[in-house]
Amino acid sequence: MNAEAVQRAVQRIAHEVLERARAQGSLERLAFVGIRRGGVPLAERIRAEIARATGSEPPLGTLDIALYRDDLAERGAAPVVGPTDVRFPLEGRTIVLADDVLYTGRTIRAALDELVDFGRPRRVWLAVLVDRGGRELPISADFAGARLEVPEGADVQVRWRENGDAEDSVVVREGRKP
Amino acid sequence: MIGRHRHLIGLEGLSREEILQVLDLAVSMKEVLSRPVKKVPSLRGKNVVNLFFETSTRTRSSFEIAAKVLSADSLNWTAAQSSTTKGETLLDTARNLEAMRPDVLVVRHSASGAPNFLARHVGCSVVSAGDGAHEHPSQGLLDCFTIRERFGSLEGRTVAIVGDISHSRVARSDLHSLPKLGAKVRLCGPPTMIPLGIERLGATVHHDLRTAVEGADAVVMLRIQHERIGDPLIPNTREYSKYWGLNAKKAAEWLKPEAVILHPGPINRGVELSSDVADGPRSVILDQVQNGVAVRMAILYLLAGGAGEDRAEKVSA
Repeated sequence: MNAEAVQRAVQRIAHEVLERARAQGSLERLAFVGIRRGGVPLAERIRAEIARATGSEPPLGTLDIALYRDDLAERGAAPVVGPTDVRFPLEGRTIVLADDVLYTGRTIRAALDELVDFGRPRRVWLAVLVDRGGRELPISADFAGARLEVPEGADVQVRWRENGDAEDSVVVREGRKP
Repeated sequence: MIGRHRHLIGLEGLSREEILQVLDLAVSMKEVLSRPVKKVPSLRGKNVVNLFFETSTRTRSSFEIAAKVLSADSLNWTAAQSSTTKGETLLDTARNLEAMRPDVLVVRHSASGAPNFLARHVGCSVVSAGDGAHEHPSQGLLDCFTIRERFGSLEGRTVAIVGDISHSRVARSDLHSLPKLGAKVRLCGPPTMIPLGIERLGATVHHDLRTAVEGADAVVMLRIQHERIGDPLIPNTREYSKYWGLNAKKAAEWLKPEAVILHPGPINRGVELSSDVADGPRSVILDQVQNGVAVRMAILYLLAGGAGEDRAEKVSA
């Protein structure tokens, strides 16, 4: 996906989020949480689209899931822990949890565990830019910019300008043949 | 692993990058302490044993809370209630504890070198919580963290350390860390309490409190140990307080407006610090206590968080 396709995908997700929130009457209670680092630009951009359409900007938080990983004991070194920043009460909110790529579902499991430690949201929706299949846990996206069939071992890279890349893009790199 | 290290015995062997690795991680850990649920699951199933041969409330509680916030199980073994009083050797105690499969052993001992000795004989990671007059690495790191948090960076800052430098493991850990982060260190105290040749560690020595604290960004006031009072090192507390103690009047006249005051605790009020300074606006003593938990979380996470090199190889094989 090139920058233009990424932009269209973000707009489509924002539109769907808006429709569903309106239908449920939860538009005023909407809030965004991006999973560091790839999910944060997605959350920011969906929020900006919603703000443009409605004139009010929902709150935004970021989660770093390093302390909630389930594979610590299998890794050689402890993973780097980045900042988590959720400054609004979650009670009664409809949270749009955003990540760049949905794969095994383990990151989302960790993010949900972390999120509920901040409070009890009314509901949580999951928005991802790319759903690449390959789930290992019963988790699915409510909103996906693209659904790709990517073989196991291949790598899906999402690049965002906000994270220091030259331009937005989604690149699939073939992995080693099993 | 803290950089290349499996143990944390002192800050002397740590590089600038390794110290910054702990301090940066501690920033994220401090955020966890401000959450409604102060618990993350990262060290679930890990065991931290606190082995204290010297009394300590602050440091032991701090390590204990740090372990609990990270979901590790912690066990406290204090000498007063242990078989040490029945004549068991340090190594036998450690081997018995090791048989209970801890992941980290936090050790405080009155003998310098005890944690290092244990690190060479047990299989788990060893963290020194203070040994004799050697080092108190977690205290040194939390001092760095607290000053860095206040000023954004230690680069170009001046830190004065005042008190019994000879017997202070805090002073030694501060000396082995602050200069690596770009700070200048001034040492101050009675001549009987400053070791000869300490300048070689990169500090300047002062015997006059005023010249030591004037222009400093932070002043670390060390505790005067009661057991040393009355021996030839200090004739009495009134004399010590007069020449090397800090009160509000001296602080107002000599210190920069933005300078902060640190103390490792417990404070002897009226000896090294007057109450109006200890409880005053410059005091960051209670910030140090909170930062201590965050820094110790970072230490435990780095040492117990990964599988370690040996086990990582087994998993990938």
